[in-house]
Amino acid sequence: MIEFWPAILIGSLAVYSWKILGYLLPESFSRQKTVVDLANQLTVGLLAALCTVETIGGNQGIAIDSRIPALAVAAILYWRKVPYLVTVLAAAIVAAALRYFLHWA
Amino acid sequence: MVNKAALPTWLQGNSGQTVSMSLGVGFATGLYGLSFGALATASGLSIWQAQVLSLLMFSGGSQFAIIGVLGASGAAGMLPAILSAWLLGIRNGFYALRLSGVLQLVGATKLLAAQFTIDESNAVSLAQDQPRYQKLGFWLTGAAVFVFWNGFTFVGAILGGSVSSPGVWGLDAAAGAAFLGLLWPRLTHLQPLAIGVTAAVLAAVFIGPLPSGIPVIVAAPLAVLLVWVFERLNRRKSSPATGAGDSK
Repeated sequence: MIEFWPAILIGSLAVYSWKILGYLLPESFSRQKTVVDLANQLTVGLLAALCTVETIGGNQGIAIDSRIPALAVAAILYWRKVPYLVTVLAAAIVAAALRYFLHWA
Repeated sequence: MVNKAALPTWLQGNSGQTVSMSLGVGFATGLYGLSFGALATASGLSIWQAQVLSLLMFSGGSQFAIIGVLGASGAAGMLPAILSAWLLGIRNGFYALRLSGVLQLVGATKLLAAQFTIDESNAVSLAQDQPRYQKLGFWLTGAAVFVFWNGFTFVGAILGGSVSSPGVWGLDAAAGAAFLGLLWPRLTHLQPLAIGVTAAVLAAVFIGPLPSGIPVIVAAPLAVLLVWVFERLNRRKSSPATGAGDSK
């Protein structure tokens, strides 16, 4: 989709802005606990929200489907310290299998 | 084993461990590029768009975020897509602040170092005990992840493009699992767990009323704020005897 290009380029520049900013600011800034804490907390919040939206987000509002059991399997595998890529693959296989064999949404 | 004296100086001594750690992390991380590339093209991006994201944005969480929003709401979701990617990239700024002290760079090398500043290069650098291995670990891991991540993005993008609908191969479920995997190692204490659960609940509540992409940007800061307020109230309640409240 050609309309995606502005988002891709501006987004890339936006992400780079943080990276370069870190090398331009004085180092003392990074020792301020409040600033570091806030960044960590915001990251946790964003990842959790993204995970939720990717799992139950639909075209119109919430959609409950095979993504939920797939995510549950992923959570168990992460808890059992199964590597990242294997877990992501397992989640995809669970969802695909539920759809193919049981005709779930 | 090879004769150690024949090795270049940067490979002598303990550097072998740094090198193998850097390349191992680089390859393992690069493999996720497969899932990114596949998800990107399954979300409607072209192979080149997926590749440009891996080359220029080069930060896994931000990349998954931007394709998630673009895939869900198309070009209309441009602003929330950029914002989520940008906000998720904030942690790289903190790695950069820490690394600038370690790397002691001057001039234009900062521009390249900035691009290589990601979770993995920071982590490998942090794991080394001597300054020169910290530098080596950063540069080698950054370069290795960059090469493998981009290579595997390309392969994944070709695979993803051949899928008619992301749901058929469960690729939509893979996206949620990918974010959960990035989140998991951070849930070591009660506070991040509280923030994570709050953000997830808020995001779920906002999915209906708010347009695609916005729930994430609203839920995350709001969750941080709510947990902060809750902690303040709790602290005040637990020290009522002094009457001084929070004197930290």
